[in-house]
Amino acid sequence: MTRDEILTTVTEVLEEALGVDEEDVTPEATLIGDLEAESIDFLDIVFRIEKAFDVKIEQGELFPDNVAQNPEFVQDGKVTQKGITALKERLPHVDFTEFEQDPDVTKVGDIFTVDTIVRFVERKLAA
Amino acid sequence: MRWMWIDRILELEPAKRMVAIKNVTLAEEHLHDHFPTQVIDGETHSALPIMPACFIIEGMAQTAGILVGHASNFQEKVILAKITKAELRRDVIPGDTIRYEAVIDRLDPLGASTTGTISVFDHSCGSWTEIGDIELFFSHVDQNRAGVEFPEENFVFGSNFEALLSASNLPNL
Repeated sequence: MTRDEILTTVTEVLEEALGVDEEDVTPEATLIGDLEAESIDFLDIVFRIEKAFDVKIEQGELFPDNVAQNPEFVQDGKVTQKGITALKERLPHVDFTEFEQDPDVTKVGDIFTVDTIVRFVERKLAA
Repeated sequence: MRWMWIDRILELEPAKRMVAIKNVTLAEEHLHDHFPTQVIDGETHSALPIMPACFIIEGMAQTAGILVGHASNFQEKVILAKITKAELRRDVIPGDTIRYEAVIDRLDPLGASTTGTISVFDHSCGSWTEIGDIELFFSHVDQNRAGVEFPEENFVFGSNFEALLSASNLPNL
């Protein structure tokens, strides 16, 4: 499956899960900021990606799980270096470069873009 | 007391599919307000009792919610998290019987997604007519707390659900 084919299917998934228009689903669009995804939408997206690509996604594999509740990972509203290291290990499809400049925990959601999901699917299908 | 929008469960295939019905009657007070006789610009418009779409959706949410809850023996607090799609192609009026058929698409420790069809019994020809589709998403709320605490008791499935299950010859909670 080519990257473009994956993007087309991911776009369809996001149109259905979030009720957004195709033209809004650009690779750089953030799921929360641009596409207005809410917390429950992330589980819906996981279910739909599994079905669309016939893959099994474990809890916390595509999107982070319980980061904010772990005091080792979050201190004074910032994700600690230990937290960032753990996130990078768990989420190799995510680009943390910009987030590391200001690891505000409320901005974790901003790092998830349409392209993040495409990269995840690419890795998953190649595995 | 939870406001119930299904009268009887007819079929249950655990963790797969459930069918429930609701009889719509003119004795339901909300139908008198939806819509009453109105005078608009001096012209009288007769009362038009139509089952509000939001209550039809709630009926499907209760049908699908019981199906999802039953799959965990009602141990999970099953909360309607998202109405992914709701399409109704015809009004439902007093005298109609609504049939809700809910199917689980995906069941996970964190939640479930369901699709459902809505039919209405056509008394003139004695058959069911499909009038709508509703897709829902449920959260097992204890598994998605995000730091929020919820009461220990299962406040979702209360005594009125128990009465409904008994009336439908299904095991109690």
